[in-house]
Amino acid sequence: MKILVCISKTPDTTARIAFTDNNTQFDENGVQWIINPYDEWYSLVRAIELKEKDPTTIIHLITVGGPDCDPVIRKALALGGDEAIRVNAPAKDSYYVAAQIAEIARQEKYDIIFTGKEAIDFNGSAIGGMVAELTDTPYISLATKFELTGNTALISREIEGGEEIDEVSIPVVVSCQKGMAEQRIPNMRGIMAARTKPLKVVEPTAIDALTSILSFELPPAKAGVKLVSPDNVAELVRLLHEEAKAI
Amino acid sequence: MSVLIFVDQSEGHIKKASYEVATYGAKLAAQLGTTAEALVLGTITDNLADLGKYGIKKVHQVANETLNHLDAQLFTNVIAEAVKQLGATVVIFSHTQTGKAISSNVAARLQAGIVTGASALPDTTNGFVVKKTVFSGKAFANIAIHSPIKVISLNPNSFHTLAGEGVAEVSSLAIAVGNPKVKVNSIDKIIGEVPLTEADIVVSGGRGLKGPENWGILLDLAKELHAATACSRPVADANWRPHHEHVGQTGVQIAPNLYIALGISGAIQHLAGVNRSKVIVVINKDPEAPFFKAADYGIVGDLFEVVPKLTEEIKKMRGE
Repeated sequence: MKILVCISKTPDTTARIAFTDNNTQFDENGVQWIINPYDEWYSLVRAIELKEKDPTTIIHLITVGGPDCDPVIRKALALGGDEAIRVNAPAKDSYYVAAQIAEIARQEKYDIIFTGKEAIDFNGSAIGGMVAELTDTPYISLATKFELTGNTALISREIEGGEEIDEVSIPVVVSCQKGMAEQRIPNMRGIMAARTKPLKVVEPTAIDALTSILSFELPPAKAGVKLVSPDNVAELVRLLHEEAKAI
Repeated sequence: MSVLIFVDQSEGHIKKASYEVATYGAKLAAQLGTTAEALVLGTITDNLADLGKYGIKKVHQVANETLNHLDAQLFTNVIAEAVKQLGATVVIFSHTQTGKAISSNVAARLQAGIVTGASALPDTTNGFVVKKTVFSGKAFANIAIHSPIKVISLNPNSFHTLAGEGVAEVSSLAIAVGNPKVKVNSIDKIIGEVPLTEADIVVSGGRGLKGPENWGILLDLAKELHAATACSRPVADANWRPHHEHVGQTGVQIAPNLYIALGISGAIQHLAGVNRSKVIVVINKDPEAPFFKAADYGIVGDLFEVVPKLTEEIKKMRGE
């Protein structure tokens, strides 16, 4: 069994969001970088659990980015995984990133490719579907459970107002979210082991990005909260009905 | 340069988000001086000609029962083939569970640039620039698509439907459908509840409710408002409420017209899941709760007293 886990570096969930250079660049000043939570808590940990069940499993981690991604990928290796691959190129857009991952996936022939359901910076939800398409592999999105028996995967996925259980033969690409696994904290042994695990840096394949970010903007500031006395709940109902037209 | 919208259906019914996409697609088509057409996969009981009310001129249906269940590869094949046959240059999905399962696959197949989570009509005065939410709703990005074919998936509840007059011409589209590789073993839908991501109004509870046994007042309010119910992460983690109700950065992200937060302090991770709501009401006994800064209306008070009164006042307003 060979599993690929896609890892993205994102700002910490509490990071201050601001922009520089005339609102064209994300302001990285003072930002803490983390493994995208969906990649870490759900896809990586589920892959590690599968390896714990079947120790012959090999887990590769992959990220597309510059050397500044190395601390984050080492942290991921400290949780688990056998080796990491970094495609040495800026993550230009989702198609560019997915095409780089697909290139590696075609060479390595993984049985399972896990991605997070989205990265918390650009909220694209695009990499899994693109990698599946570019490698001609079945795709299950927004998975909350993943069980493997032989070559058959039973996967629960979120649908509008409920859940569906899908059955598919591997290979499969799966985007993961809450429910797949529980967050883990790397232990000292893992951190030490991660230092010597291979981190292979490969040069990118020539692919054109199809989109580019022109600018960012912050949402307009809220006008400020209108407080209503707890003794006058009727006033809140009136405001919601007449002013906000929300009920 | 025609605009093609993908109509998502469930058990023969067109989903609400698809009417939003129809309205959005029709407006974009008008902006580009072309027409908006729709693509429907599978068999359907709703009257497809009614999509004309939202500005759709033609509806193309691939009425194959195999397509009543989602299989990303089959859907990608069929949609990409339809785009080619119809000569569409803009393809629009809703950024819902189905949209997330197929839009980026279709884009990759067509070598088309995609913007997911779009929140406004594209600016087409100079190129093709789409505004989308980033950083979990804390900011927007304006993204230019450079490829000849463009794919957009529209955030649900970010574009209001506009029903007018009109009848769409419905025709069937002959596209070969292969065999699915994904077998659907079971579907478990919560019957009788409003799906969280589709709800106009959401009533949500946090640790301030003190325990699962106190949820009755929240459920009464939700029932009166025909609202979906949600909760904060600590509540889901403590198993007071099911995980699928957890809204926030790592849970479900929602954008209802009205979000009512009861006993939720409003940590930044929670706000990331709800800050696209149009109107936010916060009821909390702590005047320092950060949620008040993000709210439109608030009551500083004991929710155990305020919430039942609120339900009563809404009943009164509605003359019940």
